[in-house]
Amino acid sequence: MTNRVLDFERPILELESKIRELKDLSEANDEIADEIARLEEKARRLQQERFATLSPWEQVQLAKHPDRPYTLDYVGELLTDWMELKGDRAFADDPAIVGGVGRFRGRPIVLIGHQKGRNTKENLYRNFGMARPEGYRKAQRLMAMAERFGLPIVTLIDTAGAYPGIGAEERGQSEAIAASLEQMAGLDVPTVSVVIGEGGSGGALAIGLTDRILMLEHAVYSVISPRGCASILWKDPDAEQKAADQLKLSAHDLRRLGVCDEIVPEAVGGAHRGLAETARALADAVARHLSELDAMTPQARKKARYGKYRAMGRFETAGSARTETG
Amino acid sequence: MAWWRRKKDPIEPESQASKSKTSIPKGMWSKCEACSEITYTDELVQNLRVCPLCGHHMPMPTAERIAAMVDEGSWEELDTDLRSTDPLGFCDQKPYEERIRRAIDRVGPHDAFRSGLARLGGRPVSVGFFAFEFMGGSMGSVVGEKIARVFERAVERRIPAVVFSASGGARMQEGILSLMQMAKTSVARARVREARLPYVSVCLHPTTGGVAASFAMQGDVILAEPGALVGFAGPRVIQQTIGQELPEGFQRAEFLLEHGMLDAIVSRLELREHLSQLLSLLCGEVRAPEPAATGS
Repeated sequence: MTNRVLDFERPILELESKIRELKDLSEANDEIADEIARLEEKARRLQQERFATLSPWEQVQLAKHPDRPYTLDYVGELLTDWMELKGDRAFADDPAIVGGVGRFRGRPIVLIGHQKGRNTKENLYRNFGMARPEGYRKAQRLMAMAERFGLPIVTLIDTAGAYPGIGAEERGQSEAIAASLEQMAGLDVPTVSVVIGEGGSGGALAIGLTDRILMLEHAVYSVISPRGCASILWKDPDAEQKAADQLKLSAHDLRRLGVCDEIVPEAVGGAHRGLAETARALADAVARHLSELDAMTPQARKKARYGKYRAMGRFETAGSARTETG
Repeated sequence: MAWWRRKKDPIEPESQASKSKTSIPKGMWSKCEACSEITYTDELVQNLRVCPLCGHHMPMPTAERIAAMVDEGSWEELDTDLRSTDPLGFCDQKPYEERIRRAIDRVGPHDAFRSGLARLGGRPVSVGFFAFEFMGGSMGSVVGEKIARVFERAVERRIPAVVFSASGGARMQEGILSLMQMAKTSVARARVREARLPYVSVCLHPTTGGVAASFAMQGDVILAEPGALVGFAGPRVIQQTIGQELPEGFQRAEFLLEHGMLDAIVSRLELREHLSQLLSLLCGEVRAPEPAATGS
């Protein structure tokens, strides 16, 4: 843990550290133990209240919290017999996307997710979780394999976006994303994606065209980063807080807009303050959606998937003013 | 005063007389952005806005493009009743609603995409054209819906689909819903593939962002006009990220062709012929209906 603390986390963390001090001092004094229990309850309540009213900008910061669990952290909690499978068989292995097979509650699945690094060295290796074309092509290869062997696919989304670089463009970043989207549209196996942190634009969606889209409570999902949006529309990257307000990128916003199917609750104070608890809720939700999808035929799933994405968007029909809602 | 010091009246460069002599109607002549050749505008339009001297492809209004790319008199525009709404209540320096209103006043009610049915070399096609002049060809819900309908009509009528793309990418003002248009168009495109019907994507200048990263790069055949910028991230973003100069010609059609991302670069002057030949090879010649089988 890097113990980096966001501004709005500080009062609660301070209260908690006071409680710890008090605990150390008290040593089995009943009166103080009651007091400690009362304070702990208060801290919990405070935190719950504060985190229920986060501003969009605070949500963005929390989604990018350096201590937030990443894909491989959840793999450790969710899967047994995990075996990572690497490489796109064409150019390279992209460590910004990890993929492999493992058992989820006893059942073999393919899991694919963006992977950020915990420190500078890891981040250089993982390219800050920003994938290049070979990352998406690795994902395509693993999805094709899942399809062959009838394994459900779970994807974990956590990226600022696909990497904008010379090599990435030379090797067809847009083609790699486009091909992933088309492939996912046609899969027979059940697919579930979960936005666990940052859902950054096309680089996120490239592994997210799934039967179900879940979001962790404090994850965000957006067409463009608030900073990118601010620099284009406000001509000032520092207007990013304003852009975050406008973009409607929180899990609750996406639920309202009909994009997110379910919000998975996180541990109080965010996933980084309770990985096991958050992972348990995540596993329950994924298991529930997979069993719903299992009950359908592949044709019915594909039809439903088509209907889900076909209905996305809002527009009016001139004259009748009919509004279609996703 | 010495004779060489004698002061002469300066020559008046901007006298009333000379002004009226040089004034010409605005827009009568056009200057090529690439070679600075000056061409009579009518002649340039006749030449599909391709510079007659250097072959540079200049921006082309969508109405002119439609007329030039399909068989004469065959264009039947559809989906003209779709209008953008403001699902997020988005307001940057101007409210999104106002931006839409202004674009409609300036360009027309069709939003950033015009879809319909037409014929190409006699063959019916389901076809769509981005209107870059409408908010930079950005893809919001209306554009996504029209593209999905282009693909669906292709499947319903068992005809090929052709999409001419020119777009800066997703329309930010519609937030996540604009991103989801990439998914929406991709599921529709996948059905065309399943139906084994050809889809040809033509990338015009510029084709970037969410448009490039979805249907524009999902063609069975992907063509581009000479010099078109095609890529995922815009050059400015890449430059800011990597902090170094970009190579000459980076992300231009010629660069993409060299890196295996395009099937061919086709001059606008040959594009219609190229498309109709391509479609006739991919789905057989246009034939008269077969005579009814005479059973015994």
